[in-house]
Amino acid sequence: MAYVAVKGGERAIDAAHAWLAAERRGDTAVAELETAQIREQLGRAVDRVMAEGSLYDPGLAALAIKQAQGDLIEAGFLLRASRTTLPRFGASLPVETATMRLARRISAIFKDLPGGQVLGPTYDYTHRLLDFSLAANATQATAPEAEARDEAAPRVPDILGDEGLLEADGVSDAEPFDLTRAPLAYPAPREARLQGLARGDEGFLLGLGYSTQRGYGNSHPFVGELRVGEVDVEIVPPELGFAVCIGTVALTECQMVNQFAGSKTQPAQFTRGYGLAFGHAERRAMAMALVDRALRAQELGEARTAPAQDAEFVLSTCDNVEATGFVEHLKLPHYVDFQSELETIRRLRGIAGKNATSLSEATANLPEAAQ
Amino acid sequence: MGLLARARPAELAALLGQAPALPDYTSLRGPETGLVMLRGRAGGGGAPFNLGEMTATRASVRDAEGRLGHATVAGRDDAHALAAARLDAALQDPARHDALKAAILEPLAESETQRRAGLARRAAATRVDFFALTTQR
Repeated sequence: MAYVAVKGGERAIDAAHAWLAAERRGDTAVAELETAQIREQLGRAVDRVMAEGSLYDPGLAALAIKQAQGDLIEAGFLLRASRTTLPRFGASLPVETATMRLARRISAIFKDLPGGQVLGPTYDYTHRLLDFSLAANATQATAPEAEARDEAAPRVPDILGDEGLLEADGVSDAEPFDLTRAPLAYPAPREARLQGLARGDEGFLLGLGYSTQRGYGNSHPFVGELRVGEVDVEIVPPELGFAVCIGTVALTECQMVNQFAGSKTQPAQFTRGYGLAFGHAERRAMAMALVDRALRAQELGEARTAPAQDAEFVLSTCDNVEATGFVEHLKLPHYVDFQSELETIRRLRGIAGKNATSLSEATANLPEAAQ
Repeated sequence: MGLLARARPAELAALLGQAPALPDYTSLRGPETGLVMLRGRAGGGGAPFNLGEMTATRASVRDAEGRLGHATVAGRDDAHALAAARLDAALQDPARHDALKAAILEPLAESETQRRAGLARRAAATRVDFFALTTQR
């Protein structure tokens, strides 16, 4: 592929960007949107951009959403670009989701689990009717409160795990692979897959997860547990040498329980898929858990027949920043490329016409078009 | 240190305004903003994996009495990181510790307890109390 520098577009590009800025602002009779409004009132968009931008910073994500006129893929791209300008201080200790301060916690497999079914702020059970009172900008909403019970809410795997019915997490403190620092090789280890899925496009993950339910990959999933809340983040700064908390983040975790695996030596157990996402992002966490489980096909001795079970396919295409870059680059000048294709097709047609032979024979006589 | 890091920057600034003055300081590093790779565990309890990065700001100071203070706080607020580092140094001074604890740490702990209790009470209001329906025959 050839790229040739051409000049002459600067004035047009400047004018295009100035128009873009004006279009972004919209009708000046309408008040300008503040990024704090986006952060506070468009939280689900902020969460999605943080996940796909792979950077937890609600303020930056809100700015990116404003700058991108609400184009969430473009906004995620802006966050990814922003993170490359910052040094990395280090990595956190793995967050403890078992001690999450819960806003929501449900299980579809145990009705009466310790800690209870806590709905939290959810769209479930809403009627999906447009609420025109929101258009009147007169929202007066207060969350009801009730006395909190002092009751632990253990993770469902810990409840079911006691009987050995559910596969254990396994114990490891190995330094995980980081796909932002090293090229991914296949078959990718599970921690690399989880990192890739965590920043993958939500729509793509949703479609893949859905495909496993529609028969593309054998799957019979249950939501073992879905929890949303805040966790503390701890790091061990080298100057201190002990763990300190640097703040809290909101996370959504999904434990998807699937059908059994067992062997002659090991009794049958439920298997699991895992999803973890920045912010309040249930659809993302559930889809990630479905795809994580599907990608474990090989290790669990299942036939790999469906797209969602193919790590190379899933991980090399789920990143919407990479995907949009490669798809959208097609808009950029390919004049020389296309010129060579034009010459090829004209010669093909010329040879075919002269010899009155079939097109395929003519093609066989030509040098490779790409040469 | 966790309490200072988790504090709302505006609240910390307001408390500092009313607290005994902190000693002068020289900056050893920062405040500077960077990234911390946030890690989770596969399945919630298994092998660590990289979930994604978060912004964080860190500062290190030496105060007029030679005490070192360090802080790393989530987000991009330089003033927050610097205040936390200066407090980390000042709190090591036995002569200042109790007054600063009463003026800053205790109010911060109280408002954090309130915030967490508020979350727990809102969650409790959405907890489902199941009851069985009587079979209609």
